[in-house]
Amino acid sequence: MSARVINWFKFSSPPAFYELAGKLLPWFSAIAIVLIGIGLYMSFFVAPTDYKQGEGYRIIFIHVPAAWMSMFIYVIMALWSGIGLVFNTRLSAMMAQALAPTGAMFTFLALWTGAFWGKPMWGAWWVWDARLTSELILLFLYIGFIALQGAIDDNRRADRAGAILALVGVVNIPIIYYSVKWWNTLHQGASVSISKGSSMGEVMLITMLIMTFGFWAYSIAVALSRVRSIILERDRETTWVSQLPEMQAK
Amino acid sequence: MSASEFFYMGGYGLYVWGSFGVSALLMILEPILLRNRRRATLKRISRIIRLNTEVRNES
Repeated sequence: MSARVINWFKFSSPPAFYELAGKLLPWFSAIAIVLIGIGLYMSFFVAPTDYKQGEGYRIIFIHVPAAWMSMFIYVIMALWSGIGLVFNTRLSAMMAQALAPTGAMFTFLALWTGAFWGKPMWGAWWVWDARLTSELILLFLYIGFIALQGAIDDNRRADRAGAILALVGVVNIPIIYYSVKWWNTLHQGASVSISKGSSMGEVMLITMLIMTFGFWAYSIAVALSRVRSIILERDRETTWVSQLPEMQAK
Repeated sequence: MSASEFFYMGGYGLYVWGSFGVSALLMILEPILLRNRRRATLKRISRIIRLNTEVRNES
């Protein structure tokens, strides 16, 4: 092995990751701002009017990326939780904790924009359809995870309890994803699928993907920022925190 | 396309802006809250560190 190989395990230690996260943060923030900026411009000025839904369909450019992120973040959160349970790494639980509020926010946005899309197209803000109901359960899982972690004072026990909840809840993700196939739902089927490709116009698809990558960079940026605060709070008694330059300045 | 036409969104103004507006609000609010959290955390921990060193110096 050459010396060039990065020792990834080094970053499982909170001090090393704190520094790395601080370096990555501005990059992901910049990528998020640029991509979401381009995505918004394309959403309103480049993407054509839909022949069936008129201008109302433009909600898709945030609804679908938000819904994807809500599921994706949950899977990553469960993954970190699993790693934390198996390897007993402190940082993994902190990462899961840092992702949860952002995941909850995207779940809320998916439901909110869905309601604002459902009203003009279906005539109802909400229906107890399999897709909508399972997405609502996802929101409750996020809130439950946050509440459970917050309710237990001992960090190790809180991490373990949260990790188990996150792992059990992961069964809901395929239910959300396949709900439009398994049940007869009012919610339309997937516009973009792994097996069949896309049924949308090309410009619409590209716009949606740009927005998705923008949301993705946004999520990484806010999670990195949040995990830095969590690391500081949990390690406040340690020497490395007291020797940080940002601690000396104030 | 005029500005009023743009905001009218072919009759879907309420729904389109209701969606994009709330999304923008939350996605601007979250980074601001995180910045405040970082400031508060730094302030609190540096105060604890300072207190600890003062106690150590006195004893």
